[in-house]
Amino acid sequence: MNRIQKLFCEPKEKLIPFITAGYPTLDSTVDLVCGMAEAGANMIEIGIPFSDPQADGPVIQASSQQALDNGMTLNKIFEQVTQIRERTDVPLALMGYYNPILKMGHETFLNNCISSGVDGLILPDLPLEEAEPFCALAKSKDISPILLVAPNTPDERIKKISELAGDLIYAVSILGITGNDLASKDALAKYLNRVRENSVTPFVVGFGISSREDVIWFNEYSDGAVVGSAIIKNMDEGPNPVETTKQLIEVLKGRK
Amino acid sequence: MKNKFKDYNLPDDRGHFEKFGGKFVPESLIPALEELEQYYAKAKTDKSFQIELNNLLTHYSGRETALYFASQISEELGFKVWLKREDLNHTGAHKINNALGQILLARRMGKKRIIAETGAGQHGVATATVAALFGLDCIVYMGEEDIRRQKLNVFRMNLLGAEVRPVSSGSMTLKDATNEAIRDWVTNVESTYYLIGSTVGPHPYPMLVRDFQSVIGKEAKKQFENQSENALPDRLVACIGGGSNAMGLFYPFIKDDVKIVGVEAAGKGLESGEHAATLTKGDFGVLHGAASTLLQNEDGQVTLPHSISAGLDYPGIGPEHSYLNETGRVQYFSATDQEALDAFQWLSEKEGILPALESAHALAYLRQENNGIKQGENVIVCLSGRGDKDVHTVAEALGIEL
Ligand SMILES: Cc1ncc(COP(=O)(O)O)c(C=O)c1O
Repeated sequence: MNRIQKLFCEPKEKLIPFITAGYPTLDSTVDLVCGMAEAGANMIEIGIPFSDPQADGPVIQASSQQALDNGMTLNKIFEQVTQIRERTDVPLALMGYYNPILKMGHETFLNNCISSGVDGLILPDLPLEEAEPFCALAKSKDISPILLVAPNTPDERIKKISELAGDLIYAVSILGITGNDLASKDALAKYLNRVRENSVTPFVVGFGISSREDVIWFNEYSDGAVVGSAIIKNMDEGPNPVETTKQLIEVLKGRK
Repeated sequence: MKNKFKDYNLPDDRGHFEKFGGKFVPESLIPALEELEQYYAKAKTDKSFQIELNNLLTHYSGRETALYFASQISEELGFKVWLKREDLNHTGAHKINNALGQILLARRMGKKRIIAETGAGQHGVATATVAALFGLDCIVYMGEEDIRRQKLNVFRMNLLGAEVRPVSSGSMTLKDATNEAIRDWVTNVESTYYLIGSTVGPHPYPMLVRDFQSVIGKEAKKQFENQSENALPDRLVACIGGGSNAMGLFYPFIKDDVKIVGVEAAGKGLESGEHAATLTKGDFGVLHGAASTLLQNEDGQVTLPHSISAGLDYPGIGPEHSYLNETGRVQYFSATDQEALDAFQWLSEKEGILPALESAHALAYLRQENNGIKQGENVIVCLSGRGDKDVHTVAEALGIEL
């Protein structure tokens, strides 16, 4: 069992923060991830910066561009994940657009995931239609492909997506990009119940989640809450990114 | 080669041209793409759709466009050049062919809000035009750099009632405008029709844009047969941005024994690192929803293209062109900024036609030394648009203040 599979066997509340690798500085990622794990994050998503992040709003776009300007690369991410793994056992997922992975090659990329200690992958521009070869290879290497569903995904398709993913899926809360506002709680509850009924795997929810109340609410309707833009925005506001971020994680976890 | 293309019938059901094409998009766009596929399949066999489109092409856009035998340059070159005059379309470029087709689809789908990306502004103008015609809201995403070099087209779009939204991310050109249009579409997918301007993007766009542009090649084929002594031309030439004017000319000839040449933008030179010669210099990758060929670095980050022509300033290319390149059915050449500028002036002086800077790349190929054209050949060149929009850029390049 990989760390993600183990985590989702446990029925506890889950907070899953997202940060962009290489942001705000090239070498900030290791301390940020370890700090967030210490502060109570249950799993962490590390964004692979990309030149053309189509599913992202302005906050994550800007962080992605800054990370690239800082010199972040896939190989450096794997080096940093290796360092992270010396300090924490928190489940880790990489989130990234498909092209850099394709360029590295599926096999090399997945082998790097294994040797550095990545547990799962979220690829927002690799839908069911195109995902099969990659998912099969990832699963054969015990890496969890975390496929996405959206509010307009039909029931039958949710089921198929979760079957291909196998361990975990990610429900995008809204029709939109990261950092957008949330829909009404009624509409969300209806949608998440639909995902619950049709998915054969546990699922987490992300996009637009920013408060402790949100985290509690989404953990009632799903198996975990992903917080992205709010973490990055908050990081930009404090003098020390690691301390500022740890404090926010503690707030989001209800420890403060 | 001939046999392989005799039964040419791509893309397949999944939108693939073998390893190229497909749908690499966020999940929320999948239902929209499927809906579009269904409506398009219906429209294809629906007589009333075809009649409506043909009426608009004829009476609104002014088709058919002339196939003009350019005697002055033919004499100079020693082979026969036929210009397919897409510049004579309403709004001044081939882009309207596709915009008319897609706006009719949008109407059948009941969409009230139209979005588009634009580089040179020609597609933005075409989209704003058809949106005005049908009373639909229109938002055009355009990079700030392109807004600067295509001021005239920005004002035209405003006059047509469209909102031009400046895009300041990345290279501030077509690639970034496309990203922003996709973000808008993801967010407003239920109300909005995304009117893509070239044979790029996820399936079914490369196919349907090609089909709507194929009117270029169908007309040219018939006109050439009527106007010349030969049944078929020897060679076709078109410039390549995303590849729509080229696919439009090429597709009706793909099964025929005709040489086909696409011309990419070599910018400041192929070795300068500042160009948009995707097939010549790029490699396999995924951008804007399709697997195709890309200008990218060793880490898979898309690199900034350069061309003096905003319509060619794009780091990707339509998936079908990647396929036609790989199979050798189409040969791809490139022309530099300087060669295009020279060709722009050359055609203006010799034939009295100001070509778009995009189209000037196709013309520049005619004058290249190793183009492989034999004396006496019949060559059809797609004159994809008129050059009025480019006079500021040309004046600037020539150091003339207007
Ligand atoms: C006149 C003209 N020709 C060519 C192009 C390039 O596009 P495509 O390769 O899709 O024909 C453009 C794009 O804006 C254009 O305006």
